[in-house]
Amino acid sequence: MNEMSNKWIGKNTIRPDGAEKVTGRAEYAADTTMPGMLWGKILRSPYPHATIKSIDTKKAESLPGVHAVATHDDSVDFPLDTPVILGIQDMRWMARNVLAKEKVLFHGHPIAAVAAKTEEIAQKACELIEVDYEVHDWAIEINDAIKDDAPILHDFIKFDGKPSNIAGTLEHKKGDIDKGFEEADVIIEKDFETAAVHQGYLENHACLVSVAPDDKTVIWSSSQGQFMVRAMTSFITGIPQSNIRAIPAEIGGGFGGKTIVYLEPVAAILSKKSGRPVKMMMTREEVMRASGPTSASKSTVKIGATKDGKIIAAKGVFYLQAGAFPGSPIRGAAGCCLAPYDIPNAHTLGYDVVSNRSKVAAYRAPGAPIGAYAVECVLDEIAESLNICPLEFRLKNAAKEGTKAVHGPTYPKMGYVETLEAALKNPHYKLPLKKCQGRGVASGFWFNAGGESCAQVNITEDGNVAVTTGHPDIGGSRASIANITAELLGIDINRVSVTIGDTASIGFSNLTGGSRVLFASALVVTESTKQVIDILKDRAAKIWNIDKEAIDWENGVAKPAGDNAGKFKPLTLAEIADQATPTGGPIGAGHQVNTVGAEGGFATHICDVEVDVELGIARILKYTAIQDVGKAIHPAYVEGQLQGGVVQGIGWALNEEYIYNDKGKLDNPGFLDYRIPVCSDLPMIDTVIVEVPNPKHPQGVRGVGEVPIVPPLAAIANAIYNAVGKRFYSLPMSPPKVLEGLEQK
Amino acid sequence: MSKKIHVTTSINGEETEYLCEPYDTMLDVLRNQLNLTGSKEVCSSGDCGACSVTLNDRLVCSCLMLAAEAEGQEIRTIEGMTENGNFHVLQQKFLEHAALQCGICTPGMLVAAKALLDKNPSPTETEIRFWLAGNLCRCTGYDKIVRAVQAASEEIKESA
Ligand code: FES
Ligand code: FES
Repeated sequence: MNEMSNKWIGKNTIRPDGAEKVTGRAEYAADTTMPGMLWGKILRSPYPHATIKSIDTKKAESLPGVHAVATHDDSVDFPLDTPVILGIQDMRWMARNVLAKEKVLFHGHPIAAVAAKTEEIAQKACELIEVDYEVHDWAIEINDAIKDDAPILHDFIKFDGKPSNIAGTLEHKKGDIDKGFEEADVIIEKDFETAAVHQGYLENHACLVSVAPDDKTVIWSSSQGQFMVRAMTSFITGIPQSNIRAIPAEIGGGFGGKTIVYLEPVAAILSKKSGRPVKMMMTREEVMRASGPTSASKSTVKIGATKDGKIIAAKGVFYLQAGAFPGSPIRGAAGCCLAPYDIPNAHTLGYDVVSNRSKVAAYRAPGAPIGAYAVECVLDEIAESLNICPLEFRLKNAAKEGTKAVHGPTYPKMGYVETLEAALKNPHYKLPLKKCQGRGVASGFWFNAGGESCAQVNITEDGNVAVTTGHPDIGGSRASIANITAELLGIDINRVSVTIGDTASIGFSNLTGGSRVLFASALVVTESTKQVIDILKDRAAKIWNIDKEAIDWENGVAKPAGDNAGKFKPLTLAEIADQATPTGGPIGAGHQVNTVGAEGGFATHICDVEVDVELGIARILKYTAIQDVGKAIHPAYVEGQLQGGVVQGIGWALNEEYIYNDKGKLDNPGFLDYRIPVCSDLPMIDTVIVEVPNPKHPQGVRGVGEVPIVPPLAAIANAIYNAVGKRFYSLPMSPPKVLEGLEQK
Repeated sequence: MSKKIHVTTSINGEETEYLCEPYDTMLDVLRNQLNLTGSKEVCSSGDCGACSVTLNDRLVCSCLMLAAEAEGQEIRTIEGMTENGNFHVLQQKFLEHAALQCGICTPGMLVAAKALLDKNPSPTETEIRFWLAGNLCRCTGYDKIVRAVQAASEEIKESA
């Protein structure tokens, strides 16, 4: 496609769902109702670790207004010794996370649920449920969970032949690490820690579920995947997928945290038992206690370089906390941390550690910020000790087309070097700094992803276009899909509508996550639209009674390819649609495929901070995020992804943390004490979009959303060092910690 | 069982009556009784601004206000923001500037931003940032929201 002639791709069009969202009409899961609806509430564990000896629900059941009570016994049983894998999740854990079975494993773990006439009655009934517990010692922090005499969460998890809280490992190796370090002139090794942080989507988990007496089930819910909701609900309730229609409500943010279910199977069980639709909504406190977050971590990174600035060996060991059940994002930490560099000898190793906290869920580039934080901070120290500019140092070691990455692949064309060059050229990098101000840089990588995707493109009877895809739109992907469809068909954007289909109206489409949605939906929408154009040409051929090959599709009309084809007045989309019935029937096409060819994305960030040395507050003065996105289909929403990711990274670096008390209970389950960045904390976030097209994608798309959260943790830590001459190795760099550090200096 | 309270109030310029429990918040009644679900419930503790409405032109968190307190007062919500079927300039600028991603914070942001511009049609960037500090957004990093409010302010000044 000729870049210059693009009319819609690369344009900041108004999103198709915008009007509904600025008028308050958009329907989120909590905004839905059904006739005869009941309200569901969950009883949660008051202990971080206990065996459930018995549950007595009689008193709750007899409270007036209560219609059903559910416990794990009402769900399908998944024996502990048989894995049941769905995507990256194991249904053994998922079922026990949704309703505890043998044990409660964290404070806030769901034990039972009630459906009643009102939320108040449901809540009261929960308090009447009697649970007999045998309380055990617990382990919250990684160090407590991995020590020799740690309380064991799951007896059947073994490490080195012994019961352990280390549930798994993952490793990448390249070259000869020992030899590499022998050849190094400078070696720096440091330990790092990061606190658990929550995705912080504003919309609390919510759903409305109706199970009819014949098991026909309708689910409205807030999720990053209606098909995931259907599959997991089916597994846990035993209702076949064909009986479940899962409707993707508008979603109020997810960032990975809504890639698993919490409420839907419980509401389905309550609905089946009560014979009424059941609505469930978490409170913010429940969201904080029992959903997400991402892992806390501890890690050690050692890097060796030669005098002339070549990285020759790198080793990283990462312990990531998984919460109550196995499955922390060690792949992101150990896999992404060295990806931007061409390093001959390397070894990364990740440990998945369970402890008595809520089960972690994916969070934007899961694991990658943790790995990059440690590596990019050590690189800053090496650059300093060699007296090289940190960007030039990275440039000297940058991975390029043909580099074999530590995590395995050999890179095709990719744009990391371009982000570094853009950073070096950016005026921001040269701006003068005052006292207590400092500048830091860091880079980051995310794999991006493909996977199952479906699209249907239909021509309406009046000659407009209705596109349906299967991935929930969280950040404006419908606008990009409209841009692509309008471009390919050569019509005005306002003639294209884009809808996210429910599980009954579009084929299986994988989750919205991993920066895969636009990559995958652009592929299937492009393919479907091409088929539609082919059909349109065929219909024009029938109308003119000439060969289809003699017809061109251009600027929204069918026209004869040349003089030999004959002289005909071009046919518009509307004119062809008008004759659809006599020429063969409705016009439309769909494509469904496992999309492949996703390629990684790289970013380099520049951050300026000012540290108030009296109060220990680090303020972001200026921030520039530079990223290779492949191709920006809708630049404003690409910028929005970069800005949003950066600000989540700022929160992670400076303020956000899960704080547990000595009873194993989360002490800050609300926005007052778990402080995400607010408008007055921040400057504008500048962005530079680099476009090195993904050669394996029709529009060159790579994926955007994950990468921008990867560099900020280290960029900010390096900037604080530059400002005050003190390095911090533990996140968040909150005011008390910064003050303490400055005093020790 | 407690006795319900009868309330007569004005919502988006329309006289409205409802019965509420003494403990019901304004947000409960808006969302669950009056079907005005544009105001969102996120924190229920005054920390996020997603439930922002105006009470006699003053910006309040409807989750912190009791429904009974609306008696004889004037409430305005996001549903009352369009004018004669047209977008308010802030709504238009939010769309043009891509100032929303998931959109869950958007109704509260718009109500809060309108309350600001009604009081101060030419706020500085700092004034905008501090005024909106009580309205959380996790998606946008606020950059485009601030720009949209600035653009709306420009347009209001031009047409004044
Ligand atoms: S719901 Fe009212 S301020 Fe958050
Ligand atoms: S747009 Fe999602 S919270 Fe603001």
